[in-house]
Amino acid sequence: MSILDKHVIFERNATLLLVGSFFVVTIGGIVEIAPLFYLENTIEKVEGMRPYSPLELAGRDIYIREGCYTCHSQMIRPFRDEVERYGHYSLAAESMYDHPFQWGSKRTGPDLSRVGDRYSNEWHVQHLIEPRSVVPESIMPSYAFLKETPVEVRDVGMHLSANRRVGVPYTDEMVENAEADLKAQADPNADTSGVEARYPKAKIGDFDGDPARLTEMDALVAYLQILGTLVDFSTYDDASGYR
Amino acid sequence: MNFVTPTIVLAIGAFVALLGAAFARDRFFEAHMWVLFFVLLASTVFMLRRVSFAPAAAKKSGEDADGYFDDVVRYGVIATVFWGVVGFLVGVLVALQLAFPDLNVEPWFNFGRTRPLHTSAVIFAFGGNALIATSFYVVQRTSRARLFGGNLGWFVFWGYQLFIVMAATGYLLGITQSREYAEPEWYVDIWLTIVWVAYLVAFLGTIATRKEPHIYVANWFFLSFIVTIAMLHIVNNLAVPVSFLGSKSYSAFSGVQDALTQWWYGHNAVGFFLTAGFLGMMYYFIPKQVNRPVYSYRLSIIHFWALIFMYIWAGPHHLHYTALPDWAQTLGMVFSIMLWMPSWGGMINGLMTLSGAWDKIRTDPIVRMMVMAVAFYGMATFEGPMMSIKTVNSLSHYTDWTIGHVHSGALGWNGLITFGAIYYLVPKLWKRERLYSIRMVNWHFWLATLGIVVYAAVMWVAGIQQGLMWREYDEQGFLVYSFAETVSAMFPYYVTRAIGGGLFLLGALIMAYNVTMTILGYERDEAPIPGAAPRLQPAE
Amino acid sequence: METYTAMRHFADSWGLLAMTLFFIGVVLFVFRPGARKAANEAAAIPLKED
Repeated sequence: MSILDKHVIFERNATLLLVGSFFVVTIGGIVEIAPLFYLENTIEKVEGMRPYSPLELAGRDIYIREGCYTCHSQMIRPFRDEVERYGHYSLAAESMYDHPFQWGSKRTGPDLSRVGDRYSNEWHVQHLIEPRSVVPESIMPSYAFLKETPVEVRDVGMHLSANRRVGVPYTDEMVENAEADLKAQADPNADTSGVEARYPKAKIGDFDGDPARLTEMDALVAYLQILGTLVDFSTYDDASGYR
Repeated sequence: MNFVTPTIVLAIGAFVALLGAAFARDRFFEAHMWVLFFVLLASTVFMLRRVSFAPAAAKKSGEDADGYFDDVVRYGVIATVFWGVVGFLVGVLVALQLAFPDLNVEPWFNFGRTRPLHTSAVIFAFGGNALIATSFYVVQRTSRARLFGGNLGWFVFWGYQLFIVMAATGYLLGITQSREYAEPEWYVDIWLTIVWVAYLVAFLGTIATRKEPHIYVANWFFLSFIVTIAMLHIVNNLAVPVSFLGSKSYSAFSGVQDALTQWWYGHNAVGFFLTAGFLGMMYYFIPKQVNRPVYSYRLSIIHFWALIFMYIWAGPHHLHYTALPDWAQTLGMVFSIMLWMPSWGGMINGLMTLSGAWDKIRTDPIVRMMVMAVAFYGMATFEGPMMSIKTVNSLSHYTDWTIGHVHSGALGWNGLITFGAIYYLVPKLWKRERLYSIRMVNWHFWLATLGIVVYAAVMWVAGIQQGLMWREYDEQGFLVYSFAETVSAMFPYYVTRAIGGGLFLLGALIMAYNVTMTILGYERDEAPIPGAAPRLQPAE
Repeated sequence: METYTAMRHFADSWGLLAMTLFFIGVVLFVFRPGARKAANEAAAIPLKED
């Protein structure tokens, strides 16, 4: 049989068609995705990144649950207008502990990757309860129910363990103290030395304006207030990060 | 036919769901398991009423006189129409929520939860049912064989509906992975994987038992769609659940790797779910409706291999100028631009199939619908490569331009080709002389086309204006607009966009009425389309 | 980045050439005159009586 007749085999054999098309569609993914895991300059060397504290992680889960990513990006591109509007462009290192990433794809609302420390806790709470009371042009939905919903604290240690299983460097100490740390971070009267030692730069105190209760509002605001504040840009060299 | 085994399986499933609700680790999982319990309980009761303990009849269920398994296709067509109307309706709702934020009802109907509901309803419920139904129809006809696996087709169909219900209720409850177009959590993903493998077995088995020497090219596209979606779905949804009795899981990847994995998935959900699968439809239904073979079968072979090879590389163009390394961005851009060629090769192949029968665009509204679908495919696959160029993308990314692009592809290409296929299939499947009304197809065509044009045009203007406002400087070197000002500038566009979507929805409602009346056996007394030859389609 | 540079050089030269030749080969193969009959047969599949 001449080689020219062989295409009939391909066209008439279902298994071969299956294997052939599967082979063809795997190439692109392997070439593009696999190197990201072993090229060491994919993620810049920076100082200051740490895993989320239990309260921040709970807040992040609420951010994900409410689909905030459908309207807010967390990825500042290296353009003059974006850097002036939002701050230093985002580094890969800043989302290295984000399972999953929250870069987003649409800016119906502004970018949030450096929203931490920009507004007061009171502003965030008021904005989440009634967005148009602080930003009249806003089209954001109201999230008043967060202030009435207690945070689920029961399984917070399991959440940290699950993160550790996918590569976030939570220590045994962090997992053991997870529940206590979560409560202490939002309690103005608690001993917070442990939280501060384990999670440097963590914002401490009552977030939602109601010290008596630990609500989802506390958690979400704690998360928003830490966004973009961890990396120390005074020691970061832009040129070394280029890849 | 007796239904003893499936009834027992459903009852056990309902009991397991009840246990899941009882021992749930979080309130979301508990609520979701209650939903599952009631769905499975209702199904069990429904099945019990049909159980017969007499020996199974000799004829397999749903088998037609000509030996094809068409019952599942009939159900699939009805499901496509139903989910289409639901998905478009939610689309109009989310469009209005962006114009009038008071329409958000916290917590269940806030935009952040209704938006995934809309995208999943149109892509997976409407598009997925259309793909399953048409692929089952096409593979049987072009293989001249009954669907493989006995009642496996029923499992695929009902299993897929269960996936849709679980995904949709999960979004409203707040259960999401936040991975765009892959939001369902781990246990729903596992269920979809099982259903998908069954789909692959049914499809591949039918090809393997075919009585035609060749595998028709439409089946190539359907097969690559099924296989690639399986690969993408599994890799993108790799995650570690917090508890096997809880809804929450954490992605196996983080940050930049996670982002590229997600957009490798996300772009190829477009490339394989919404393109390759629907090209399978194009390569069967256009030749059938115009009654001539595809323009160049050999071009379709090149089209197939080039398309599936190149599409898979294009994902990084969703991450231009992000923290993704530059080499990956460049690679994604280059392949996205090259992708223009196979896309247009396919478009030309579809359009030129009409050569010698161009008058049918004037006389047959179904052909017109299919041709307009291919035209929108050509437009969207030109716009896409253009937007993947980094300089263009720096303006268009994060704006409503992207939303407009997606909808000219989704409404124009996927929507219209599916409507064309439905109008072709319904009279055939229910053995009717013709549709209830051809003139209503014409109305549907014009409403849908007008709706898409309004939608896409408005989103171009909105997106470009938004992008320019974000980067506008005054002469002193200060940014001119606050972000809030760019939001309020969008209001008129968002209202007009909702009107465009409303027109498209109206067209779909007309289709639903037309299809229902055809199934019920009515024929509208109407004047024929001018110039149309009297219908001589043989009754099957 | 050494590995990257080397791979990039290869991709831009021999890799590109090999893929172009492979593509042209596939096109010539598919459109060779001998394939006409099989293609016409396959194209007629949907139009046979169903």
